[in-house]
Amino acid sequence: MSTDVMIIGGGIAGIQASLDLADMGVKVHLIEREPGIGGHMAQLDKTFPTNDCAICILSPKMADCFSHPNINMMTYSEVKSVEGEAGSFDVMVTKKARYVKEDECTGCGECVEKCPTRVPDEFNMGLSNRKAIYLYFLQTVPRVMTIDKNSCLKLTRDRCGICQQVCDKDAIDYEQQDQDIHLSVGAIILATGFSLVDALPLQRYGYSKIQNVITSLEYERLSCASGPTGGHLERPSDHKVAKRLAFIQCVGSRDTRRSRYCSSVCCMHSTKEAILASEHEPGSQSFIFYTDLRAAGKGFQEYIKRAQEEYAVTYVRGRVGEINENWNGDPVIWYEDTEADQVKRMTVDLAILAPSLRPVSGSAELAEVLSIELDEHGFFKTNPYLGGETTKEGIFACGYCRCPMDIPESVTSASSAAAGAGSIVFGAQRSVASS
Amino acid sequence: MSDLRIGVFVCHCGANIGGVVNVPEVTEYASGLEDVVYAKDNLYTCSDAGLREIKDSIKEYDLNRVVVASCTPRTHERLFRNTCEEAGLNRFLFEFVNIRDQCSWVHMQDPESATEKAKDLVRMGVAKSRLLNPMEEIEIDVLPVAMVIGGGIAGMSAAKSLAGMGISTYLIEREPQLGGMLNKLNALYPSHERAVDFIKPVKEAVLNHPKIEVLTSAQIKDIRGFIGSYNVEVQQAETSRSLKVGAIIVATGAQALTPEGFYGYDGQNVVTQLEFEQILADSDKVAELENVVMIQCVGARSEERVYCSRVCCTAAVKNGLLLKEAKPDAQVFILFRDIQTYASDFEDYYFGARDKGVIFVRYAKDHPPEVTDSVVRVYDQLLGVQLGMPYDLIVLSTPLIPHDDAKELATMLKVPLDENGFFLEAHVKLRPVDFATDGIYLAGCARWPSHVGEAVSQAQAAVSRAAIPLLNGRVRVEPIVSRVDEELCIGCELCESLCPFKAIQVKMTDSGRKAQVITASCKGCGACGAACPQHAITMQHFTNLQIEAQIDAMAATMVSGD
Repeated sequence: MSTDVMIIGGGIAGIQASLDLADMGVKVHLIEREPGIGGHMAQLDKTFPTNDCAICILSPKMADCFSHPNINMMTYSEVKSVEGEAGSFDVMVTKKARYVKEDECTGCGECVEKCPTRVPDEFNMGLSNRKAIYLYFLQTVPRVMTIDKNSCLKLTRDRCGICQQVCDKDAIDYEQQDQDIHLSVGAIILATGFSLVDALPLQRYGYSKIQNVITSLEYERLSCASGPTGGHLERPSDHKVAKRLAFIQCVGSRDTRRSRYCSSVCCMHSTKEAILASEHEPGSQSFIFYTDLRAAGKGFQEYIKRAQEEYAVTYVRGRVGEINENWNGDPVIWYEDTEADQVKRMTVDLAILAPSLRPVSGSAELAEVLSIELDEHGFFKTNPYLGGETTKEGIFACGYCRCPMDIPESVTSASSAAAGAGSIVFGAQRSVASS
Repeated sequence: MSDLRIGVFVCHCGANIGGVVNVPEVTEYASGLEDVVYAKDNLYTCSDAGLREIKDSIKEYDLNRVVVASCTPRTHERLFRNTCEEAGLNRFLFEFVNIRDQCSWVHMQDPESATEKAKDLVRMGVAKSRLLNPMEEIEIDVLPVAMVIGGGIAGMSAAKSLAGMGISTYLIEREPQLGGMLNKLNALYPSHERAVDFIKPVKEAVLNHPKIEVLTSAQIKDIRGFIGSYNVEVQQAETSRSLKVGAIIVATGAQALTPEGFYGYDGQNVVTQLEFEQILADSDKVAELENVVMIQCVGARSEERVYCSRVCCTAAVKNGLLLKEAKPDAQVFILFRDIQTYASDFEDYYFGARDKGVIFVRYAKDHPPEVTDSVVRVYDQLLGVQLGMPYDLIVLSTPLIPHDDAKELATMLKVPLDENGFFLEAHVKLRPVDFATDGIYLAGCARWPSHVGEAVSQAQAAVSRAAIPLLNGRVRVEPIVSRVDEELCIGCELCESLCPFKAIQVKMTDSGRKAQVITASCKGCGACGAACPQHAITMQHFTNLQIEAQIDAMAATMVSGD
């Protein structure tokens, strides 16, 4: 029997579940496969419907996770195998080699400065470059460097080695190996989130061919002060500030050929992004092309009203047929305005696609490792009446990996999963105490 | 006070502050202020690097006061206080200066003045920090007993989950039986399980659980106390009981709007979706139905009620499907504005309804349907034509609205309602089931219209939050409370009458009638201190001396004409 809980995924859902359980007095192992925690919320500029800065409200929680005596945070780690039943699972976690000693690195950045190799920065959605040794992002937790073994000259071709020479703390270790760590836990919570993996619907709208057609997550990085442009809404082709923007909804979602489900968050994040465009550049105009305007959360309709009345946001009911490019690099949107019953076109500076958000890559493999079922869309199948318990007792899921949901719902489902996992480990505690 | 060593950290917050306020200039200015031995600007003071810098400089420069000029204490004060504490500095020797909300945000169009104002605020913060006193947090015991108010699906789920964690729970329901809104429903979506079959085992589990005491036909009369020890007076028929609990979960639900004056509503030929549930449960009545027209957003998403009630579209889809299943040749039209079947299950369900022949017609807000004696006329936006639909029953989807007495309960709990009258959580994004007041939590339709699964999820989430103090058996509260100087107090009771938290009481002592503060209830709002004619009340951490020092610092430049 174990009274520990393992949480897989360090985005906002995993963070909330970890903090709740740790505050209840439960020992938590938080496993994150990226070099730092924070997940997608850390990439967002602001959040709807209050326009709170995302990282500003998230980073105190990230710091709490790091310093909490009951949380064992394992970043750059992946779950390899899980055996056993509710109350006593045996887990093997692989801690991937960072080639940097976590205890020694202070995140000073000397190595990054000197590293000669540049590759696209995943956190900034490839809109800027990072070095082969890098900090995952500015506010990352833990604040330690990671060497990308696929692009490091030392690790790929046994050349360079500059980072080791400049590190005063002697924190670089090219010999570091992946390490398997055994954990014994009573319950498991999945909080693996979503990813933007379906490229085909994006390409249909010219994405990757037309420079000024981008995704909403790329837009978030562009409008964010700590992003690649310092928060200036410069469009990719000519760095001109975008003042006329089109936001295209349901790109791959609610599409019988792709993801039939509704991604749940796009109408609202696009509204927020349109408001931000107007805040960044007074006088800018945004058009949101939608199917049904889904805004059923607290304060959402009021937010849309504000967008229309105060920020020159226009909602156009209709699905976009095609986007092409004019001589100036401007995206030209061809669409049917179903309210006016007309096919129209509109030329904009920048088109932002809201792609369907899919279960995170590796979900199927993880489900197999855990012996749990997926639903027909690839999300973890759960029982909402049992704290989001999956098809296997003692394993819960929360946040977007369960089904499409926004941040408050993710936080809620994370707390409810914590209650579910909590009752299992407290039950185990009580039975140990009484025997 | 020559041994003061103040450190000032000024945050750029990316471009959030730094894009408007000249942060290096403010930092330079701060370094010249009296007793400031170290001043530094950071791109993000709250990042791991920024925090480390605070800790390192407390040690390196032997700082005994820390001032951070950045965003807001609402989200970041605890973090910076913890950081000071980790470096060995008492957490109350930290002072927060908000130069984001008060400078870069509100004076976005005037960077120069924003920068000057930031300097003023930093100078005031430094002035106050000189007079700060070290304090210790207060620990109070938490009674490991919970109360859930409301015996609907959210309340029952909360009680069950609390009891499952071994926490004794009172479940209070004002109706004679448990079940709430689900007692009025026919079936649940998307499973089509009958509502009574669904709640029966839940009711039984709650009623038979040894850790749960259920009080039905019970009214909350009064709530006093604070996290850890609430005293709740509950009236059942003639008897009144005083129950002591450590935490409270509010799950009182909501009610459906009665659409008086809309589309000829009469409860017979024109009914609400909730009334239609009862018709669907009666097979004789279903057999008579040929043409049913449902109208969405009746009294919602309008000028007087802007919000969308979240659950009505899926409820209409469900009832349309149930009618089609019972009577496949019946015509069902659903007149909608935007179908809110978000996520995966509900969208699948909506697809299924269209497959089964439920017809969805989109209408515009400014062209609502018209009801005549024989037909419903509507302009179908997607077809671009005017339609006329014969009907034998019209079903109106009306929004969930707060209970009439929500305000009364909110007043007793001293928690806020939002602009629509639903209970207002601590933070819409990250604290969806907490209240700002410690020890009180929220779930279900009392917070916002929710589907059954969502209400259960919120209930369990509220349990997770409530379990933290209940299982630990104690909480730490801030010592920022009022303190009475009994020598000065004349027992006038002005403070007692003003205190919104019932945290100050005048009692007879050996030296006469004197005000006494219940530290755990006091929220440090300062109402008592401001009103006391004797100046007998001091607000810890906001003393008159500290505030006067800030005002003097503010006025200093005005006097010198700087």
